[in-house]
Amino acid sequence: MSETELAQELRSNVGEMALDVEQPSRNNIFVTIRPEDITKVVRIVWDGMQSRFAIVTGIDVPGGIEILYHFVFDEKDTVVTLKTRVAKPFPEIESITPIIPGAEWIEREVHDLLGVNFRNHPRLERLILHDNWPEGVYPLRKDFKPEDAK
Amino acid sequence: MAHRTLIPVGPYHPLQEEAEFFQLHVEGETVVDMDVRLSYNHRGIEKLCESKTFDQIPFVVERVCGICSASHPLAYVQAVEAIVGEPVPERALYLRTIVNELERVHSHMLWLGLAGHFIGYNTVFMWAWRYREPVLDLLELVTGSRINYANVKVGGVRADSDLDAEKLAVIDKTMDEVKPPMEMLTNAVLDDPVIHARTKGVGVLTKEDARKYGCAGPTSRGSGIPYDIRKNDAYAAYDRLDWDAICLTEGDVFAKAVVRCLETFECIKMIKQAVKDIPDGPIDAGYKEIPEGEACGHVEAPRGETFHYVRSDGSNYPYRHKIRAPSYVNVPSFKATCIGQPISDVCLTLAAVDPCYSCTERMAAVIDMRSGKKTLNFHDLIHLSQEKTRKLMRNFKG
Repeated sequence: MSETELAQELRSNVGEMALDVEQPSRNNIFVTIRPEDITKVVRIVWDGMQSRFAIVTGIDVPGGIEILYHFVFDEKDTVVTLKTRVAKPFPEIESITPIIPGAEWIEREVHDLLGVNFRNHPRLERLILHDNWPEGVYPLRKDFKPEDAK
Repeated sequence: MAHRTLIPVGPYHPLQEEAEFFQLHVEGETVVDMDVRLSYNHRGIEKLCESKTFDQIPFVVERVCGICSASHPLAYVQAVEAIVGEPVPERALYLRTIVNELERVHSHMLWLGLAGHFIGYNTVFMWAWRYREPVLDLLELVTGSRINYANVKVGGVRADSDLDAEKLAVIDKTMDEVKPPMEMLTNAVLDDPVIHARTKGVGVLTKEDARKYGCAGPTSRGSGIPYDIRKNDAYAAYDRLDWDAICLTEGDVFAKAVVRCLETFECIKMIKQAVKDIPDGPIDAGYKEIPEGEACGHVEAPRGETFHYVRSDGSNYPYRHKIRAPSYVNVPSFKATCIGQPISDVCLTLAAVDPCYSCTERMAAVIDMRSGKKTLNFHDLIHLSQEKTRKLMRNFKG
């Protein structure tokens, strides 16, 4: 798949913070970044390039948690995903809620289900899990067993 | 300090499919703060999807929402189709368009009826739902079911129910019949001074707030953000059809209502074109396997963008499947729209983003924070809202 203009624009705007820019299909671009650059890159992509924040996806992968931040560029018909990975056993990343208030719920959700600590989140309380759910049991992790939750 | 009262609305929220719990902090009649607690109804569908094959998942995700049961599977299959990267037959794209637009027509009519009910116009409720009925029959004609259509699959659609010229003519004719009552209802909304008084300037969502909360669909299109996934990143057969995306700038409840009313006519226009232009041919690309890869798929559901992300590791099951329904980004905007409003308008402001409505239990109560006694229940809240309309009507008559 040849790169569109948007992919090139991202390359030049995100600069050296972009470890990799991939466009596997016409309307999907994935930009891999380091976790410590997340707030800077989100400011460039959301604020600077005026994209729309869609959602965050957390994925349990061997050795860490992959966090994907999806931004929609409506005028360019494209979804841009910022991809980063934080290491287990204590996955941690800076919260983007102070920049984008709409990220409050999803960061709480990823915290609940995958155990990622979002630093400087205004209110990192439980959103999905019941108050009686045991601490340190994360249902979306691949090693989760239902009996752990009892 | 002014006397502050806490109003819990929920945990079975009167307006939403999923049980949600709103706590409204009010001083006198005015809401000064609010808090939301949700996921009483979290069903773990994302986790469940990791143990289902790619072909089984459309059946699971259409149950995310009973009203958006065409949008979720479509967003999912589009993500998987982007991973595969092979085209889908043209006839399947048209069938997907027809089903999705019929869904939007019935969903918007449902909303209009309920919004009418909340402000005390029960005739609007009865009429909107009555005229919605033939639309559900059309969905049965095309897919075999009135809801949970089980129609779309990775690479195409499962069946076209022998959709011949005769059946297409039925769809065309029914659309002609739905239009006049919809025009009547729309004009009733546009011309009624009481509806203006109840909805204009109420629950205003500014363009900036809509962007901050990432709002989608009619909620953001009522606030001057013109994006519609059917135009921007067009899927199915939308780019072959002639239609307009509706956008208003006021951001109040009235603007959201008008967006939905006018959108319904665009849907009717699209369905009529689609049944005229639908080509013959295969309905399934017959994908053999899903390669390794990842992609996002998004669809304009009646309430806004439905967003799905799928990662495949080359096996029969997705490694991860993320689902984001439009209400997830629209509901948090209540914080921006409800504060400063009187309680009697909250009901309608919440309803204006059209969160899903299939809730069976209704309970809400007003508790006096000093004595802890219940003072009002949810019926009283609806009554408050309806009473306000009646007062306005008397004023207009007088």
